[in-house]
Amino acid sequence: MGEAMDYAPRKAIKMLLEGRFNEVVASNTPWLCVSCHTCATRCPSQLQISDGLFPALRAAVMAEGTAMDQDLQKALQNTYLYGNPMGISPKKRADWAKSAGVPVPIFSQLRRPVDVLWIVECYPSFEPRGQEISRLLARILNALGVDFAILGPEERCLGDCEWLAGERGLFEMLIERNIEILGKYKFREIIMTDPHSYRTLRNIYPALGGRFNVQPVVAFLAERLDQLKPMLKKKLNATVTYHDSCCLGRKTSHYEEPRTLLNAIPGIKLVEMIQNRESSLCCGGGASTIYLDRFIQERVKDRLADQRVLQAAATGAETLAVACPYEPARFEDAVKLTGHEGKLVVRDIIELLAESMELA
Amino acid sequence: MNIAVLTKQVPDLVEGVEIDSTGKAVDPDSIRYILSESDDHAIEEAVLLKERNQARVEVFSLQTGEVRDSLCMALAKGADRVVIVTTGLEAPPSNHTAAKIFASVLQGLPFDLILTGVRAIDDLDGSLGGLLAGYLNLPYVGLVRKVELANGAAMAVVQKEFPGGYAAELEVKLPAVLGIQAAEQPPRYVPVSRLRQVMKTAKVEEQEATPPKSESVAVERMFKPEEGAGATMVSGTPEEVARQIVNLFSERRLVR
Amino acid sequence: MSQDVWILAEHFQGRLNDITLELVGKGRELAQAKQGKVAVVLLGSNVNGLMSELAGADVVFVANRPEFREFTPEAYGAALEAVLKDAHPWVVLMGSTSVGLDLLSLLSARTGKPCLDSCTRLDIRDGRLFATSQIYGGKLFAEVALSDTTTLVAVVPGSFPKPENAAAGRPEFQEIALAALPEPRTKFRKLIEPPPGDVDITKVPVLVAVGRGIQNADNLSMAEELAEALGGTVCASRPVIDQGWLPLTRQVGKSGMTVKPKLYLAFGISGAPEHWEGMKNSELIVAVNTDPKAPIFAGAHYGAAVDALELLPLLTEEVRKANLKKAS
Repeated sequence: MGEAMDYAPRKAIKMLLEGRFNEVVASNTPWLCVSCHTCATRCPSQLQISDGLFPALRAAVMAEGTAMDQDLQKALQNTYLYGNPMGISPKKRADWAKSAGVPVPIFSQLRRPVDVLWIVECYPSFEPRGQEISRLLARILNALGVDFAILGPEERCLGDCEWLAGERGLFEMLIERNIEILGKYKFREIIMTDPHSYRTLRNIYPALGGRFNVQPVVAFLAERLDQLKPMLKKKLNATVTYHDSCCLGRKTSHYEEPRTLLNAIPGIKLVEMIQNRESSLCCGGGASTIYLDRFIQERVKDRLADQRVLQAAATGAETLAVACPYEPARFEDAVKLTGHEGKLVVRDIIELLAESMELA
Repeated sequence: MNIAVLTKQVPDLVEGVEIDSTGKAVDPDSIRYILSESDDHAIEEAVLLKERNQARVEVFSLQTGEVRDSLCMALAKGADRVVIVTTGLEAPPSNHTAAKIFASVLQGLPFDLILTGVRAIDDLDGSLGGLLAGYLNLPYVGLVRKVELANGAAMAVVQKEFPGGYAAELEVKLPAVLGIQAAEQPPRYVPVSRLRQVMKTAKVEEQEATPPKSESVAVERMFKPEEGAGATMVSGTPEEVARQIVNLFSERRLVR
Repeated sequence: MSQDVWILAEHFQGRLNDITLELVGKGRELAQAKQGKVAVVLLGSNVNGLMSELAGADVVFVANRPEFREFTPEAYGAALEAVLKDAHPWVVLMGSTSVGLDLLSLLSARTGKPCLDSCTRLDIRDGRLFATSQIYGGKLFAEVALSDTTTLVAVVPGSFPKPENAAAGRPEFQEIALAALPEPRTKFRKLIEPPPGDVDITKVPVLVAVGRGIQNADNLSMAEELAEALGGTVCASRPVIDQGWLPLTRQVGKSGMTVKPKLYLAFGISGAPEHWEGMKNSELIVAVNTDPKAPIFAGAHYGAAVDALELLPLLTEEVRKANLKKAS
């Protein structure tokens, strides 16, 4: 993304050190970082570029009162009012569960401690493809006999996008509220399907008063591989390549658990893309840039998601497996745009597991 | 140059509206209040006028809903003074009653421009701006999308929206009341940290007003549009829905 | 109070707006029940050309003056206030429009007569007039019993049918005697025309309309593909236009265009009254919205509570298949 920026990060840092603050703030640079974390992973000086510099730049733009991209503004305003960027009433946050086909207990109605609190998060609660995946996970958890509950209407965005967008005040407000809600209930651990929120809850919340035992769903399921394996009855017969998302990968190092799960599914042959694990290429949806698609499209010729799909197709795989709710839609668009429709399908790991378990 | 903005809180449609047990009014317990959208635009237009001219902006609201929050938001955007007008009325008043209350509050005060949203989703008996202008004997233009000052701020030049993308440019001698449809730019964003800071330190004044004899519309009953007595719903998987809909087109020879 | 029904006429560029004819038609129905008269109040300049369209009225009160050539709330309001001072019709109907809305509130305050906005129905029961208005974005309706004094009512355009056959009557024309009006504080300067557009959507037989539910400008291309396959054009509700994703000339609704295509496909549009007003008379309305309670389903012919973003490409595919089949 540095190519598309008015001032690439290295130049921007130099300009800031020279006191040319206003120029950097007025440029498009602050808004093109997708928070893939490659820079921070490679930086020999260990500079917090994507997590520190860019949110600070964005906060400075907002403080100046410069007009903000309307899609992003709407997403932030909606999160402030309704606890989700889509602007849907929080009362409807557990509506997806009504057609799950299995019981999905809501903590406030359960009134007892549970083993596992499943924080569903915004996209998996409201976005149709995300809701599908949530329903399938509910069935998997049920099949495994997991004692779990969700927060439902009490759940609010954990704030990853808001923090990275530079809206520190909104992020702090969300943290306060979330720590308060989580403090009401007793559970042994938290699992999440949204890697962005997982990363924030695991890495950022502790310093701000919220320390929890949390892991991504792929790790939770990988722990239960012995129990899971006999349930994976259906052979799927597909060559699959797995995309390491930035938040599960570089930021939290969960490289092997997703692969363990995929390898356990009968009939699946796993192949690797040229950029994998630490060197994986971001899908381009992080750091609230998922709301800046139009902004980015006007400035970037080769979208990251398109590049990644080409890498997937080059492996000869028919299936691109993902483990982040932002990715199916982005990659499916990219599949169409790069002319691979019918040749490459995008599936979340949960979808593949559920299909093999004949729960779909 | 002094600008007054009149705002009100209305039910937030995202949270839904339900009818109460009498069947004649909205159930207040089912409502979450939010600033009326066109009032938000009125505040934005007022702040833009302040930024471009030497002007002072004061925002007034009756005491319904989370009015303190939206008045603090107005301060954070650049308003100079915000006032909650208290009347002791239990339920939100009709626009006629509200207009008379504001007329009594604003009478004799040196405001050159009074801006308010041209309509709110719960309006039944006309719009506040037009009624207020009538009571104060001031000129009024509604559905305004742009305001400029001219003649050393003795006059406002406004654009009034008409259908089909047309607009009329009118000049109005001040003082005047304008019903704002849309500000010249979308209402600006206020970072939450700034809003919280304003909420902690801001002074939100309160002013008492005696409500006039209440005038309201005699609602016989409220009802929801009949569900089902409308579209024939097409169901199934998206693929099945697509096929059924295109069959409809073919039947009517809408396919080329 | 008489049993007469008054209508405030609206005209633009030398033609009467449809709302006026719709109200004259409805006015006739109401007046007949009470043996009252239908009177139209017409303010303008050089209005002789409009008189022939008002044959449905019994009386036309006319003020033909240069100061009424273009609408200003002040001039029209002052004249109407003077006319209404000594008249007590049963009800005064006007459009809930750029013209009517300003006048409704100004006149109500100045004359002390009660008013009602957003009316979509008028019924007589037990000799009393009941008006139904839509509020809360069309999610609720309120039925109001009109009082025993003259009430001013603003009606949503398209609520009543435009009389099909031109009326054959010969109305009595009366010149309104107006004392000299005070020096106006509001003056018309000029008309701003819409920017030259690429397409006149009022002339396109198939419209693919997108609303907030389309979520972002990227998804417009899906709508454009469907429009192309159907030989139509993409249009939108106000929020999409306000975002700048499509030009003003593609806006359908109260402050945009009124369209009556053969087919109107609404994707991600809730059906708020301001939009509905602009397309309700389309021949076939099919609405797609994830909210099964969206107001648009109350009026559309067919509906589907599925995700528009998911359905759009599937529809395009099916249409292309059907086109091929037809061609072969």
